[in-house]
Amino acid sequence: MSDTPATKSGFSLRGPRVSKFLEVYGIVLVVIVMMLALAAIKPEVFLSAQNLTNILKQNASLALLALGMYVVIVTAGIDLSVGSIMGLAMVALAIASKAGVPWPLVLLIGPAIGLMVGWINGVGLTVLKLPHPFIMTLGTLNVARGLTYLISNGAPVSGLQPEVRYIGQAYYSFGMAPPAGIPASLILVAVCAIGLWFFLERTNMGRHIFAIGGNPHAARVSGINVDRTLVVVYMISGFMAGLSGLLLAGRTDSGFPNAGIGIELDAIAAVIIGGASFFGGRGTVLGVLAGVLIMGILRNGLNINNVSAFWQQILIGLVIIIAVYIDVLRRRAAVRR
Amino acid sequence: MAGALLEARGISKYFGAITALRDVNFHVGPGEVVGVVGDNGAGKSTLMKILSGLFVPSEGELVFDGRPVSFRSPKDAQRLGIEMVHQDFALAGNMPIYENIYLGREPGWRLGPLTVVDHRRARRMAAEHLNRLKIHVKSIDQNTEDLSGGQRQAVAIARSTAFDAKLVIMDEPTAALAIKEVGKVLDLVRSLKEHGVAVIIISHRMDDIFYCCDRVMALYQGTNFAESPLGTTSRNEVIGWIMGTKGHTQGLAHDNMH
Ligand SMILES: Nc1ncnc2c1ncn2[C@@H]1O[C@H](COP(=O)(O)OP(=O)(O)OP(=O)(O)O)[C@@H](O)[C@H]1O
Ligand SMILES: [Mg+2]
Repeated sequence: MSDTPATKSGFSLRGPRVSKFLEVYGIVLVVIVMMLALAAIKPEVFLSAQNLTNILKQNASLALLALGMYVVIVTAGIDLSVGSIMGLAMVALAIASKAGVPWPLVLLIGPAIGLMVGWINGVGLTVLKLPHPFIMTLGTLNVARGLTYLISNGAPVSGLQPEVRYIGQAYYSFGMAPPAGIPASLILVAVCAIGLWFFLERTNMGRHIFAIGGNPHAARVSGINVDRTLVVVYMISGFMAGLSGLLLAGRTDSGFPNAGIGIELDAIAAVIIGGASFFGGRGTVLGVLAGVLIMGILRNGLNINNVSAFWQQILIGLVIIIAVYIDVLRRRAAVRR
Repeated sequence: MAGALLEARGISKYFGAITALRDVNFHVGPGEVVGVVGDNGAGKSTLMKILSGLFVPSEGELVFDGRPVSFRSPKDAQRLGIEMVHQDFALAGNMPIYENIYLGREPGWRLGPLTVVDHRRARRMAAEHLNRLKIHVKSIDQNTEDLSGGQRQAVAIARSTAFDAKLVIMDEPTAALAIKEVGKVLDLVRSLKEHGVAVIIISHRMDDIFYCCDRVMALYQGTNFAESPLGTTSRNEVIGWIMGTKGHTQGLAHDNMH
């Protein structure tokens, strides 16, 4: 209702456009700069096909977890159970595979477990009206991990059907000399990322998820079924965790009852480093993938430069704090605009 | 009430031990503009949230166009053409203006249980609609958190009129506005009336009520207190109702200014 002159901001057209570009793609620049730096320091190791392929393979499971976690964080929620879902899925499908269950069914076990635990998270949160998803998912974190130990007696299971291992192990060389190539797991990550991007940006439910993160009250008065949407959100997160269990089982040809302990924190870190707001309503799929890569490349770079694992953890902690601080600065600049 | 567009009969609303409304009756006719007044906490917003489907009444019934209705969500009320502009605007600050206008009713193609949002169409429709309402914003892609209070109010009103509404409920639409913008909102209310749209407007400002309403009703501590067509009451009488007193105090200077 107020007439705001277009010139009010005092910026030339270029100013906002450049900052908008940086806001969306700045995080990708960070990845590129890191790669250039490592390529300059240790070209023969870092740039080797084996090393690059390894980075992608090792971080594929984390990428799937982070993508699911991202959807939850957009709603200003949190899902602590994803590491346990990953472990439960991994062990359950390994046991089934060893027991000779037909492989197409085995492939479904991980995602099915993920959907189920996610549904329980969502229903617990919305129907029981638990005050915060932290509590509900902390509960399922423990329940799912306990179940994992129960069904495996705490012992690893190994030796999976080749079809089950495929998605975690295969790679397509496209004429390059092995071990160079595109891992199948990378393709799964790409498909999931594109699907999730489409869902979040181009469908009504995706937009409702952002609205819930921005202002749940506004979502409710707009006639959005907030509870049902939240249940779907936690099911997506669970589904992605189940898939990542399948990837990890395939890559390691086994089911480890301890797999994924604490990895939910890595997933949260990747999402936050990728520029999503912990308070909901903000972020991009591209940023999440960049966040995963930043963590992966950082670890890899420190590894090949023989920096101890202890230092790696300290550095990753600092990166998380810096990433959030950059977000704070950006927000402040936006307010001044 | 014969001929009413929307009628509420014997509405009570309890929040735990708090009684927000007790046995309240209310009606609004097609194309009628009703002003609702009352002290802070009188229950005005609560009654309107019941009429727009956000709250379910503890007791009482709603009748729309002569048929009893019950709303389980704002969606049910929207389907009948009942829209509400909330006191706090109820906008998602992280989303652009055009998405806020169509939130929950995005234009696009069906895809199973989902709708694939046609962002381009939504932006075009939003721009046209804002133009019609003579609302000027820098860009429909601006997030609503970057807008002034008046602009947010305007977007909230735009949302309530983006679909063919039969009744628009406005909860203190002028409270956050500068004088010039107040005039725009009130003129919009008049033009809605000209188009046959009924309006309920909550306000603490007598100028608003006496500028555009046909009838005014007062709630007092969650109950019906008084009501009257505008022609047979005065500012002072209505101010008295808000404070819980009846009986006319004639002759004050600003009493007959409208
Ligand atoms: N969601 C709620 N939970 C508990 N109590 C509520 C809720 N909403 C309203 N109330 C109570 O109901 C009563 C009426 O509130 P309401 O918001 O309808 O008043 P109002 O007339 O709109 O006041 P104002 O002029 O301040 O906006 C108040 O006592 C309020 O505290
Ligand atoms: Mg109110």
